Amino acid sequence: MVPTQYYLILSAILFGLGVVAFVFRRNIITIFMSIELMLNAVNLSFVAFSQAMPATSGHKLDGQIFVLFVIVVAAAEAAVGLGIIILTARNRQSLNVERVNLLKL
Amino acid sequence: MSAPLIIFFVLAALAVIGAVSLILQKHPIHSALSLIVVMVALAGLYLLMGAEFVAAVQIIVYGGAIMVLFVLVIMLLNAGEEERTDFSKLAKFGGLPLALALTGLLAATMTTHGASVPNPETAGALAPTGQISNLLFTTFVYPFELTSFLILVAIMGALVLAQREKS
Repeated sequence: MVPTQYYLILSAILFGLGVVAFVFRRNIITIFMSIELMLNAVNLSFVAFSQAMPATSGHKLDGQIFVLFVIVVAAAEAAVGLGIIILTARNRQSLNVERVNLLKL
Repeated sequence: MSAPLIIFFVLAALAVIGAVSLILQKHPIHSALSLIVVMVALAGLYLLMGAEFVAAVQIIVYGGAIMVLFVLVIMLLNAGEEERTDFSKLAKFGGLPLALALTGLLAATMTTHGASVPNPETAGALAPTGQISNLLFTTFVYPFELTSFLILVAIMGALVLAQREKS
């Protein structure tokens, strides 16, 4: 059986990689994808905790329900976010986040 | 080494390689395909943990719907290779060490405080999907109904944002 901590460490690694992608990439679509990666990492730890929960507690499946809600919110976020990306690309003629600098001094 | 452990390490390696590839690829479409690899590997891990319904939803919604949306937008905007611009000094010198520190901190906290988390006693027991739907329509019925409003608002938001301006 796989120890729960292995899943948690993998989740931490994936989250860290998501942060690195968020900081270092310049393309607005890739930055958005790194957010999805971080959401996925959190989902992994949710399911791992749900699996580790003893069945007698009566809350064993709560973690999986949370994951379903996170997926719903992520889908809604993707729809709105990609709308914003299309709008930004149309207005700025570029997908580079450095070019989105109207509020910059 | 038992079979589940081997499967775990194969899928974990696949997920980490996909995530690293997402960072290193220059072209956004390659990054999107790497992300699909991560999501499929995670769906395999969910199956390994016995969360069959979550695994199915992960593949259908994440690997299917959301990533199709991403690929569609990349093609719609004709996104080419990422142009290199200078990083800010903070990101250039502090970014990687700080991200590593964050990962280390998360992993350390998880392992020390998670040491009390019991390991599941039964191997490969599937979570009954019927129980999930029962919970979803009894205990969690209000959040569940609220998600329908959320999706409605998201649909309207996406329509308003992406429509062409009438001149």
